[in-house]
Amino acid sequence: MPEIITANSLDDGHVVYLDPEGRWTEDFRRALVLEDAGARKAALEQGEASARANVVVEPYAIELEMRAGHLAPRTLRERIRAEGPTVGASPARG
Amino acid sequence: MYRYDEFDSAFVAARVEQFRDQVKRRLSGELTEAQFRPHRLMNGLYLQLHAYMLRVAIPYGVLNSRQLRKLADIARKYDRGYGHFTTRQNLQYNWPKLVETPDLLAELAEVEMHAIQTSGNCIRNVTADHLAGVAADEVADPRPYAEILRQWSSQHPEFSFLPRKFKIAVNGGPQDRAAIQAHDIGLQMVRDARDELGFIVYAGGGLGRTPFVAKKIRDFLPERDLLRYVDAILRVYNLEGRRDNKYKARIKILVHEKGETAFREAVEAEFAANAQSALALQEADIATMRSFFSPPAVAPRARESAKVAARRAHDSKFDAFVKTNLSAHKVEGFVALTISLKPVGLPPGDASADQMDAVADLAETYSFDEVRVSHEQNLILPQVALDDVAAVYDRLASVGLATANAGLVSDIIACPGLDYCALATARSIPVAQRIAQAFGEGARARDIGPLKIKISGCINACGHHHVGHIGILGLERAGEETYQITLGGSGDENASIGQITGPGFSSERVVGAIETIVETYKTQRTDADEPFLATYRRVGMAPFKEALYERSAGSDI
Repeated sequence: MPEIITANSLDDGHVVYLDPEGRWTEDFRRALVLEDAGARKAALEQGEASARANVVVEPYAIELEMRAGHLAPRTLRERIRAEGPTVGASPARG
Repeated sequence: MYRYDEFDSAFVAARVEQFRDQVKRRLSGELTEAQFRPHRLMNGLYLQLHAYMLRVAIPYGVLNSRQLRKLADIARKYDRGYGHFTTRQNLQYNWPKLVETPDLLAELAEVEMHAIQTSGNCIRNVTADHLAGVAADEVADPRPYAEILRQWSSQHPEFSFLPRKFKIAVNGGPQDRAAIQAHDIGLQMVRDARDELGFIVYAGGGLGRTPFVAKKIRDFLPERDLLRYVDAILRVYNLEGRRDNKYKARIKILVHEKGETAFREAVEAEFAANAQSALALQEADIATMRSFFSPPAVAPRARESAKVAARRAHDSKFDAFVKTNLSAHKVEGFVALTISLKPVGLPPGDASADQMDAVADLAETYSFDEVRVSHEQNLILPQVALDDVAAVYDRLASVGLATANAGLVSDIIACPGLDYCALATARSIPVAQRIAQAFGEGARARDIGPLKIKISGCINACGHHHVGHIGILGLERAGEETYQITLGGSGDENASIGQITGPGFSSERVVGAIETIVETYKTQRTDADEPFLATYRRVGMAPFKEALYERSAGSDI
């Protein structure tokens, strides 16, 4: 199952994903997709180095699966992290 | 309300600067995340699913308009324009940035507020009856004692590293509006045979994965011994509470494993051993504290308002609001007015910055500058003249806050759940939204009568599901959300833990299951005046179980 690396950025806490250039993006669709154990290990090490450099907090790998023709995080928790709360309208957002 | 003295102000200001330095050292890498985490938690700052979350303490749920306007300002400036009022009478911001949190805390300190001890294994924000000082049935105002407890427990050197978090609630009279029997310590104001003021003391209550109703460990504690006795309970807990397993570390487990009698004896022995303790409260100190909470000088008015009666006669929505959202006040001609933060279909407990400002204006104009936060995630204007109710209602309606559902089926408590919380196993808010949409705030909801639905998105039970008349616990099973339902819980003076109906329901089917339960209640009640809880206690689980699992297609788990 393909995977990507995620974390929260240290300064604002936002959900971020490791992209192919080794930078962090808030859009999971731009994340580096890891197809095997070797790629996963290398990307996780890259993420952990970024955590040691005080850019992100607690990087980890998440699984993707095909949903409606697109790759999306497999678990509901990670889909909510990727897309935001599912509560719809709020008093502030109308 | 209590006003900071120079020591309070200096203490809070020093903590802000201390945290500013800790954040700076974290961002520079001088502190690792593991080193920094306990510091940020002691200042109420969590890292949740999408962002940091700051939990701001609202001591015993009491705010003035200046404070509420500041909370609104902060929501605009540092967050996304709204805040979430919680079951601990606190306010949570869901999107603050770590780098901006010290400035945010400095702004809070300007209005005598902070986020200290809203997390961590310490004594948390002391909660109280939201009708404190105004309830018609009150024995005494619990706020002075809640404030005494707050001051004593702030940065307490002996109790800052307890086995687990510790929650104290105080209620002013026999009708429990603070869920005191679901707390580590619950205190109920009472007078003894000689008319002396004191407390009934409960200990060992709590929800979470192992729920217990608290045990009454003292029938009467004189008010002067409040801190001495609470100190004795904390000392026994601090020494004997388990530290080997965080799920068995709350005082409820100690009381359960040690036994009620042995626990009581240990507390009484500790209490007796410290008979000369400096913690004995002096009458003058109690009087000084009471003076901060003196009721406004208001003269009783006519019991009925012609203005209200005339409006009710031609405005059915206003009539419904008056029926559900007003509570008796100790002064004739006044009411406590509940502002429901449960508009049908919106997240329970959320308020926008504009709504907070509107409530602050109303408090200033019509409620002697007072606002309360209830543990049921609503706001209360505690001192409103009956003649002013229509004006308050109209302003509330203009900002979407005139929902006439206080205490009804759509006035649902829900934790943030999997939409925000890192601990959650399932979503809470969308379930609350769908249930509220199913029943609404109109005739159907009013026909059902008083009904408390409480939803938690994990076993930690922040949504108090164990004490909901109908409780819903969201779990994850094989990658899918599943909802376990309990019936017959109650967080009032006749507290009880709800019983599980049986197998859980999928997200798609849980709202239908709640409708089945409500329809079953309606066929079982003696008449429209018998509330859900009374019916359940009379007929038991059987008819509900049968309706849920035999007559319907059954659950799908």
